[in-house]
Amino acid sequence: MEPTLFRGRRERKLGQNLAVRLEGITKRFGDQKAVDNVSLDIRDGEFFSLLGPSGCGKTTLLRMIAGFDTPDEGRVIIGGKDMTEVPPYLRPVNTVFQNYALFPHMTVEQNIAFGLRMKKMPRDEIARRVQWALELINLPGYEKRRTDQMSGGQRQRIALARALVNEPEVLLLDEPLSALDLKLRQELRVDLMNLQERLGITFIFVTHDQEEALVMSDRIAVMNKGRIEQLGPTEEIYELPKTAFVAKFIGDSNLIPAQALEPRKVRTALGEFVLDEEDALTPGQEVLLSIRPEKIRLFRDKPNLPNVFRARIDDIIYTGSENQYVLLADGQRLMCETLNQDIQEPGHEEFTYDEEVWVALTPEKLVVIEGGVEGSNPYA
Amino acid sequence: MREAATPWERLRQMLITVGPGALWLGLFVLIPTLIMLVASLMSRGSLGQLVPPFGLHNYLRFFSDPLFLEIIGRSLWIGLWSTVFIMLLGYPLAFYIAQSRHKEVLLLLVVIPFFTNFLIRVYAWIVIFQKEGLLNGLITAFGLPPAELLPSTLAVYVATVYTYLPFFVLPLYAAVERIDWSQLEAAYDLGARPIRAFWEAIFPQTVPGLFEGFLLVFIPAVGTFVIADLLGGGKVTLIGNLIQLQFGSAQNWAFGSAASMVLMAMVLLGLWLYARTQGEKGLDKLV
Ligand SMILES: Nc1ncnc2c1ncn2[C@@H]1O[C@H](COP(=O)(O)OP(=O)(O)O)[C@@H](O)[C@H]1O
Ligand SMILES: [Mg+2]
Repeated sequence: MEPTLFRGRRERKLGQNLAVRLEGITKRFGDQKAVDNVSLDIRDGEFFSLLGPSGCGKTTLLRMIAGFDTPDEGRVIIGGKDMTEVPPYLRPVNTVFQNYALFPHMTVEQNIAFGLRMKKMPRDEIARRVQWALELINLPGYEKRRTDQMSGGQRQRIALARALVNEPEVLLLDEPLSALDLKLRQELRVDLMNLQERLGITFIFVTHDQEEALVMSDRIAVMNKGRIEQLGPTEEIYELPKTAFVAKFIGDSNLIPAQALEPRKVRTALGEFVLDEEDALTPGQEVLLSIRPEKIRLFRDKPNLPNVFRARIDDIIYTGSENQYVLLADGQRLMCETLNQDIQEPGHEEFTYDEEVWVALTPEKLVVIEGGVEGSNPYA
Repeated sequence: MREAATPWERLRQMLITVGPGALWLGLFVLIPTLIMLVASLMSRGSLGQLVPPFGLHNYLRFFSDPLFLEIIGRSLWIGLWSTVFIMLLGYPLAFYIAQSRHKEVLLLLVVIPFFTNFLIRVYAWIVIFQKEGLLNGLITAFGLPPAELLPSTLAVYVATVYTYLPFFVLPLYAAVERIDWSQLEAAYDLGARPIRAFWEAIFPQTVPGLFEGFLLVFIPAVGTFVIADLLGGGKVTLIGNLIQLQFGSAQNWAFGSAASMVLMAMVLLGLWLYARTQGEKGLDKLV
């Protein structure tokens, strides 16, 4: 389970206990399987993300953890107890809903106090905790406001406080930032991460935004059509995509069809490439090679490197901090990104339209994806 | 920057915006009420016309005669219970329609009775309730003795509930339709059991619709006279019957006006009490 290749960005001590365990969860709506045989373990204190395109079953899966839906097959285990059939009001989890679902007829204070009131907590204790929660989300003094007078970001934070004040073992968040604009979203990302780290509560975070998942998570489960395509530490998901879908959905990837000649040598339309010593292919095997745009190196003069070929600059996309080149080589298009550093050293040159360049694909950066091209377009 | 409007311009703007509504209210509400107020202070001439002297004698007569007090008490009583029955039926019905996949059809079913004249619908109840009517046909088919259903208070209740149910269901449906049901899930999520969750998260949001429906049902139910006339026979006299009688065969418009004013005053009192309990918000919702 521990990633060997990558060091955690945030060196965090996760609990050894499992917060949530899903065993073979399947949920059908009519003939369609919204969630298809999903099993996963989420550890205590983990920031875990469910990432996938819209309609892939993220919300359905989250609803079964919350208890709003019951799986057709499989078990939901929370804190070591089988809770598959336990109603939501008896589960030690709380949810931040996608639309926040704040109670419009209650003040901010009443919204936050709701869960504590259901637990029949004494009044002064409730008041104390509501105060704590308001400070947590940085909205002290807003007790008596009505929620419909507040901005999207504020409503989002109230929804968060309303859930967190109950001190759940697990917090479920269903695309909590998707309704906000970019700047606010980026701010709240950081706030959410800090909050999670401080409180030590397990977060299960649903999102379709791959950047959000990459920035915030300890581990990510990438979902597609009700199934988990790949589950692993954040860096592993990005650096070592196991399927074409994952390679395409998380960040950008260039996918190059290839056929194995030797265990560590393949033939492609762009020429013969050598691979990393970790790879071991059966000669004749059809695979895909995936390489991230920022890992492709361009040179004006032929470098003394493996896996070098000629390409033409077909298009340049200027994004400010980066130059994105669209390369054309033997009919195959490749995306390449370089930092806009304004220097002209070998390997950092800037190129112009239609310029012929040398392309180098570093063997360690070529990721072999077995199992063909199926599902390579996540939006299909 | 626009120049500040002159008083004349402001008056003109006000006339355009508020004018038509005010005109309508004045013509059809204020002036008739004033006419009735004046009439209620006059006396009945020998031919039934309105004549002086002016005075409070009609009101004194109304409040000093236990018969009239009984009538108004009965009207309120029947109106209130009919409204209670309507609420008990209509509340779940509005929810049922709002969450149904066939809500358009169900709404149409609720509205369809309006396509038939009110009087005809009341007569239809006679067909059902009369001695050899549909209901007794059903009862005797089970070997039971036929029931004396017409005239009866029961028949008045049934027809009143039937007649005014749509007036309650429609505004309530409008309120229920707007509710975001994820709030119910949010309440579960925060530890509320189903009944508690409904009561805390959903019910308060239906209160304005509930009250609107209550008004639309209670006021006409208290004032109705056709249903009591046709299905209650001579047995059930309501305030509506009394007023109708005064303007009709008794030819005492002055006393009829006084009775109308009393009815109106009581309804207004009820509204005012509600507005008081709800604070300013209540008034907002009312308007
Ligand atoms: N209550 C439901 N009834 C029928 N189909 C549903 C229901 N909820 C979700 N689905 C279907 O299940 C699939 C997964 O939906 P969802 O879990 O909401 O996806 P996501 O949250 O990843 O966008 C979708 O195809 C959706 O149409
Ligand atoms: Mg969703």
